[in-house]
Amino acid sequence: MTITKAPMKLPANLASNPNLSRWAKISADGSIIVRTGKVELGQGAVTALAAIAAAELGVPFHHVRMESGDTTRTPDEAYTAGSFSIEHGGAALRHASALVRSLFAEAAARELGVEPGDITVSDGVFHRPGHNEGRSYADLADKVDLNVDASSLPAPDYLAPPDGDAEITRLDLPQKFSGAAFIQDMNPAGLAHGRVLRPPHPHAKLVFLDRDLIQEMPGVLALVVDGSFVGIAAEREEQAIKAVEVAAKSAQWFIGKQLPPFSVSNDWMADVTPAESSLLLDEAPLEGGEAGQISSVYSRPYIAHGSIGPSSALAHWTDGRLKVWSHSQGVFPLRVDLAKVLGMPVDAIDVIHAHGAGCYGHNAADDVALDAALIARAIDRPVMCQWSRADELSWSPFGAAMRSKLDARVGGDGRIASWTYDVWSPPHVVRPGGATGVNLLAAYHLAEPFEPTPVRSPPQPTGSGDRNAVPIYDLPGRRITHHRLPQGPVRSSALRSLGAHLNVFGIESGMDELAETIGADPLDFRLAHLSDPRARAVLEEAARLANWQSRGAGGEGIGFGLGLARYKSVGGYCAVVAEVEVTEKVRLRAIYAATDCGRVVHTDGVRDQIEGGIVQAASWTLKEAVQWTDEGLTTQGWDTYPILGFAEIPPIHISILNQPDAPPLGAGECAAGPTAAAIGNAIAHALGIRVRNMPLTPERIETAINAS
Amino acid sequence: MSSANLANINLFVNGNMHSIKASPDASLLSVLRHDLGLGGARIGCGLGNCGACTVLVDGRAMQACNTPLWSVGASAVVTLEAHETHAQLQAVRDAFLEEQAAQCGYCINGIMASVAALIMQSPMPTRADIIAVLDERHLCRCGAHPRILRAVDRLLAAQPVSAS
Repeated sequence: MTITKAPMKLPANLASNPNLSRWAKISADGSIIVRTGKVELGQGAVTALAAIAAAELGVPFHHVRMESGDTTRTPDEAYTAGSFSIEHGGAALRHASALVRSLFAEAAARELGVEPGDITVSDGVFHRPGHNEGRSYADLADKVDLNVDASSLPAPDYLAPPDGDAEITRLDLPQKFSGAAFIQDMNPAGLAHGRVLRPPHPHAKLVFLDRDLIQEMPGVLALVVDGSFVGIAAEREEQAIKAVEVAAKSAQWFIGKQLPPFSVSNDWMADVTPAESSLLLDEAPLEGGEAGQISSVYSRPYIAHGSIGPSSALAHWTDGRLKVWSHSQGVFPLRVDLAKVLGMPVDAIDVIHAHGAGCYGHNAADDVALDAALIARAIDRPVMCQWSRADELSWSPFGAAMRSKLDARVGGDGRIASWTYDVWSPPHVVRPGGATGVNLLAAYHLAEPFEPTPVRSPPQPTGSGDRNAVPIYDLPGRRITHHRLPQGPVRSSALRSLGAHLNVFGIESGMDELAETIGADPLDFRLAHLSDPRARAVLEEAARLANWQSRGAGGEGIGFGLGLARYKSVGGYCAVVAEVEVTEKVRLRAIYAATDCGRVVHTDGVRDQIEGGIVQAASWTLKEAVQWTDEGLTTQGWDTYPILGFAEIPPIHISILNQPDAPPLGAGECAAGPTAAAIGNAIAHALGIRVRNMPLTPERIETAINAS
Repeated sequence: MSSANLANINLFVNGNMHSIKASPDASLLSVLRHDLGLGGARIGCGLGNCGACTVLVDGRAMQACNTPLWSVGASAVVTLEAHETHAQLQAVRDAFLEEQAAQCGYCINGIMASVAALIMQSPMPTRADIIAVLDERHLCRCGAHPRILRAVDRLLAAQPVSAS
């Protein structure tokens, strides 16, 4: 039954969680529980992980029950982020599952009096060839001890992985389509409702609060005031909301520092000294390159995660221990920061993942967990704390604003001769769980505030603000610099794709601009600088889907544009062609995309992530910007922070280039940069005018036309 | 805790009459979720902008977060939990499951309620009619729109859904 021999070296997430009982529990009642530190965020990861485990255990997909993200029982796989759930989490889970199956096969061999190598498994039953007699997982459950260190076991054999097209359906959807399913829907006995009054401005400090007025309001159970943190617990949800409204009217604040003026191209960054400038590549430019040259500046604003569900957490203190249910991307790192703020040992806190609305990165899920814990500490009841829509869109961490500058030259031979790229950005990874400091909002507002964790910039090739700052193309004379700025006017942290959204937009805009200087076709120009066969394959496939050759000269209001990248330079490949029509607004007529995410575990799961990645990136690129005035943030609701709607969704055509012999790569983020670039290039093709500051709104397009 | 503003209110939900003690100004959503334990209608923005809370009230799609209790009166409220006994909601749900029409699924309750209300109309609305309503009343952040629209197509291609 051997398909391949597993590597001797344990996958990283198994090496750091070597006890097999953290990965699986198999009981005599027949239940097969598979455990993962990765969590379901709506991206389908836990379903795909179940498929990986089921294939390796030799049991039908629907026989495994998943437990995920629970500090009391699952492995600690840090965050569910970075498109690593399948690549890293899946690799570890596959290996752990193979070890579990091997231990059961050995037990079956002893029972049946044969060599382990003679045992085969199918549908969860271990057989010896040619005999009907077998032993199921349940039969053997009390003969196998999974409380064993994986590093002490010989490398197992791997069975065939899921082929991508097996009948796999999302494990979480039936309940989500039936009734209560999300953390917000949890309704334990004695539940109290928590809300926080947040300052009206990023730099506001609380000066006065009429505590008696609030405490006497109907239903109020507790008022927790600590520095500028104001938390309220009430019997009923509407009472908590009302109490916060009254508190907001009575509160007086001192605004200690103004925000820099908002500008469409992030001009405030020019006045900020970088925390660190890293020269990623410093190559000598080639001679020549006089046929064409460009010098362009690109930008994107702060972008909100914009989860449809408000960030929520349920906290309950009992006997000095704290239990928190959270939709965090990392329950173990969250626990570390909670322990620091609450002044208690890490192992006195349990954090358990519960479904939330899609987060697309580090939203307020972690912040609200601390809010809930602080409020619940004041009463002897479970507290569900929930953020308001306005706080969600003004106090969550945002995707960082960015700015980049490209200077490049191309020669008469059609070859790029030099490429100088600088990118400036506040931090993209400011998550909880660091060795020192705390990355939870309320911790900064306490009377004795905590310092943020010092920012460490993940190194290339994955990077953060410099993610995908190194082009996929074969270029000489590259000089690429990442200027990491300190936190800017508002707090930033991880949003799907980190810096890749702007960097790919900038690089791919620049490729079109350079091609234009010498009259080259953008597709041909890219292919002339592209030797990676997998990159060429997705690019040519997207062009074929879009019938690229028919795109014409443009300039008449209808345009086709290309975008290409390999996510993080080592992840999934994606090429996108956007077809747009520009009148008084931008209409997406169609999107064509090709992706290569290595071996596909679940084809519909990959399609889902590429489709969603395209739609979300189109929304960022065309519509979204967090904005502010001297008074504070002005984008506090869906009316002031619009996102792409149902009437704006184009037909999306996707080709998935499966690579059955290559390792699986994540699909969640690879479409973001190429989509932004394709739309920008399509608008430029449609109009003959380029807009380089996202979002590419009708107003900005009109400004660009008037300036031309 | 003061209960001065609470009143005894009868509410007809999912075929059953419920007697509850609540403020007439409380939102229908809060009462469904916290008093009746029906979590299927989600809390989204609380302002009627996102549609996650949509339920059926006398067959019409209503955003429960900004529907005060007093305005509901004797109307029949149907939530996601009643999908098995509501022919149109069940048909919509089947189509959505078949197309795996969700990513996180948070917005889907409301979208299914709105689509169910639309297919209860006669004549049946067109695809464009349905998109217009979804565009006006519902937000999805995951970008599940393409698969949601495939579920709508599947539904429209099926036989007309008979009334319950």
